[in-house]
Amino acid sequence: MSPRPGFVLEVDRSTPATLIWHGEGFRLERLPVGTRVVYGPEPLPPLADPDLAIRHALDNPLGDSKPLQALLFPGMRLTIAFDDISLPLPPMRAPDVRQRVIEAVLDLAADAGVDDVVLIAALALHRRMTDPELRHALGDRVFEAFAPHGLLMQHDAEDRSNLVDLGVTDHGEDVEINRRAAESDLLIYVNINLSAMDGGHKSVATGLASYKSIKHHHNVRTMLNSRSFMDIRHSELHSSNWRMGRFIAESGVKLFQIETTLNTDTFPKELGFLQKREWEWSLKDRASFLATSSALGRTPGGLSRKIFHSVYAPHDLTSVQAGAVEAVHEATLANLFRQQLVEVSGQTDVLTMGLPYIGPYNVNSTMNPILVACLGLGYFFNLYRGKPLVREGGVVIISHPTPWEFNPVHHPSYIDFFEQVLAETTDMFEIEAKYEESFATDPWYVHLYRTSYAYHGVHPLYMWYWCAHALAHLGRVIVVGGDRAAVRRLGFSPASTLEDALELAEDVVGRDPTITHLRVPPLLMAEVT
Amino acid sequence: MKALKFERNVPRFAAARVASAVAGSGKGVRVGPLALVELDPVEIPGPGWVRVRPRLAGICGSDLATLDGRSSRYFEHIVSFPFIPGHEVVGDVEGGTLDGRRAVIEPVLGCEARGIDPPCAGCAAGRKGSCERIAFGHLRPGLQTGYCRDTGGGWSTGLVAHESQLHAVPDDFSDEAAVMVEPAACAVHAALASDITGGERVVVLGAGTLGLCVIAALRALCLPGALVAVAKHPNQRELARDLGADQVVKPGEHKRAARRLSGSLALESDNGVIERLTGGVDLVVDCVGSSGSLEQCLEVVRPGGRIVLVGMPGVVRLDLAPLWQREIELRGAYAYGSEDRPEGPRSTFQLALELVREARLERLVSARYPLERYEEAVAHAAAAGCRGAVKIVFDMRKGGSGPGTPSTSAGRPNAASTTKEAK
Repeated sequence: MSPRPGFVLEVDRSTPATLIWHGEGFRLERLPVGTRVVYGPEPLPPLADPDLAIRHALDNPLGDSKPLQALLFPGMRLTIAFDDISLPLPPMRAPDVRQRVIEAVLDLAADAGVDDVVLIAALALHRRMTDPELRHALGDRVFEAFAPHGLLMQHDAEDRSNLVDLGVTDHGEDVEINRRAAESDLLIYVNINLSAMDGGHKSVATGLASYKSIKHHHNVRTMLNSRSFMDIRHSELHSSNWRMGRFIAESGVKLFQIETTLNTDTFPKELGFLQKREWEWSLKDRASFLATSSALGRTPGGLSRKIFHSVYAPHDLTSVQAGAVEAVHEATLANLFRQQLVEVSGQTDVLTMGLPYIGPYNVNSTMNPILVACLGLGYFFNLYRGKPLVREGGVVIISHPTPWEFNPVHHPSYIDFFEQVLAETTDMFEIEAKYEESFATDPWYVHLYRTSYAYHGVHPLYMWYWCAHALAHLGRVIVVGGDRAAVRRLGFSPASTLEDALELAEDVVGRDPTITHLRVPPLLMAEVT
Repeated sequence: MKALKFERNVPRFAAARVASAVAGSGKGVRVGPLALVELDPVEIPGPGWVRVRPRLAGICGSDLATLDGRSSRYFEHIVSFPFIPGHEVVGDVEGGTLDGRRAVIEPVLGCEARGIDPPCAGCAAGRKGSCERIAFGHLRPGLQTGYCRDTGGGWSTGLVAHESQLHAVPDDFSDEAAVMVEPAACAVHAALASDITGGERVVVLGAGTLGLCVIAALRALCLPGALVAVAKHPNQRELARDLGADQVVKPGEHKRAARRLSGSLALESDNGVIERLTGGVDLVVDCVGSSGSLEQCLEVVRPGGRIVLVGMPGVVRLDLAPLWQREIELRGAYAYGSEDRPEGPRSTFQLALELVREARLERLVSARYPLERYEEAVAHAAAAGCRGAVKIVFDMRKGGSGPGTPSTSAGRPNAASTTKEAK
């Protein structure tokens, strides 16, 4: 039986309660009658033989690229860059798709007699990956072959000696990327395209770039003009990356792009109820829900975080395409939308969303308040094509505990941004003008980014900018069940219950508003007409 | 006359110490050696002395330490019992050149007030706070009015002051503004004693009356490159910002704030918590004076930097290794006298009068109490920060401190929450 497409349910009196994520927990909530609940399509069936599909993609490239085999030759410098820990979400069970693809590429390289091969984790301004994380993404064979010899690197956006300034685009954007990648005879980039934002020219232009380069598109103006940044044709974030990507190609960097899509099989069997429609829960699903909720209720916060972060997704490969960047990315998006797109008719006054325990920047870490804002208003709000799910001046209601809690190893500059900057102002333009440079160049943050496992100093500001479009669009943001002080620090309104939040929302949007609940995860993308 | 008299009574002193230790600051007053009494007027000690009828007199942190039995034994030889506390005083002068006028008292009892001539080196140089004769001359020991048996103190309806101690209050000054002149003078002296060169990065620890006045003084008289205030309570944070702090953080956030401000590196624990900075800010002004605050100063000051201690300390327990290894200068800042200014020597009190006017420091006066309600007044002063208040004063004016007394609002939208009228 083929998977069912996504759909929009209208809640009536017989509709069972809806599962709503709440950080490291979830609950069942009866939504008001008339609420629309947006469900994504069921997981697509996986490719029958992923390794064969990968090999086929490498041999049959899209666009004007030659097959990979034809691009490899003895004595060449080959660099393979790959997406970092931020993808996929949750991390997928082994073998990770990066491992499959890179093993296939290395087999071809070995056959061609290529012996100067370097792997680079394309961190951009993200934290470095730990050895276990790298080992999980690449598999034992690849890790053991490269890491001990110093051939498994992590992009360092602050290593001046290993960056090369390629010049400036016709829009005045500095293009500065990893020297090894730029000076290789061939750069291969291995993507996991979890959302429509990922991949394309953004892979190299962001993943292997420096702050000097990234700041041209990770800024408030760009974010306000990306509607949404999940829709590359209406995203200034992507336009800038595309200009840079083309400039990189014109500068002589030869790139072979590999992109992959995964299905939305997000949780293992024991948590399978999390991705099933509630009225289809079996007795076993109900029992699992009750047992899990009850266990989580009794588990201390730190332990439940550990439990959740040890969950590996059973994601399966649904497509792989390789070759020229733009042709590849077109095909990728088609495959991605096949899995994620849901048609939604008309906007809503109030959009509700339950945020899970994980986002791109807190894998094996804490979802701090800034990341809560970013996940809700940056990512979930932007999961649309056409028009936002919520109307201009509408309200977003987020369910998340939003603890005033940070991982000081991963997010040191987040603490300072939250304690010292957001205490002064939440205005993005003011923050950008007054604080960005000092956060980006702070020697301690630079030190921790380069030598520890810290996100770059400027990263929390970028995550705040990520919310720009939503905040400019919305009349109010309400957080249900969050730490009240933390929620207020973000400039949002706290509420104890969804009912209270809906009452607060009525102050902004009027009585009897239309309500839509975004049932994510699993990931979806709304085509709002 | 009515006065709050502080006796030398060891059992009561001990009881106050225990009560304040157990129940918190201000709670020792009920069992301590302070009592409201009727006294004969204080005798005029000699020529140049006049009577002053206090109008308002503030309750200071050092007063609270005394009432709590927490003050250092260091002071034993430079006070004389019994004394009437109160050294932040505005009152009506009776006699002398300021007869009939309001004046604030510069309370240090230096050589001139003690009839000592020639004066000591400190007084001769205009540094009255450094007087070497505060236990000598024709007065009994007492570093200030309010700690000397022979002068009386502000917590009464009458005291005596030497004319050299008096500064006329401008007619357009409210009593509330005038009573802030003494703490403002402490702050002015501290700011100027900190020797800030333009652009230096400064942290001020503590945002009670003294801390807030120091922030205002630093902003008005020095050119700090950046000024971070560490303030515990919301009202203090708002005032600190309004008085000139560039950034206001909560206690516990000081290390991160100083690190970011100075661009310092940091040494961390395994789980990423900052243990201490490798650099730090140029100057820390400690307006608390406790072991904890001094420790915090040492955590955030750069090698070769300075700590200015303004809050009155007692016995502290402190690891001085960083002071030694980082060649940090620890400097006290006490009282007032004459300050070197570009235009020439200026009286600290005159500079303070200007600061009070400029920064509208009268808004820091949050509540007024009659002497009869001294227990409540002291309790309020001891809990001022958490009760949204700053300066608590005794009000000896006729008809004062009751309903209808003009409010001393901070002039801010939420001033109602910060100004409490004693009823």
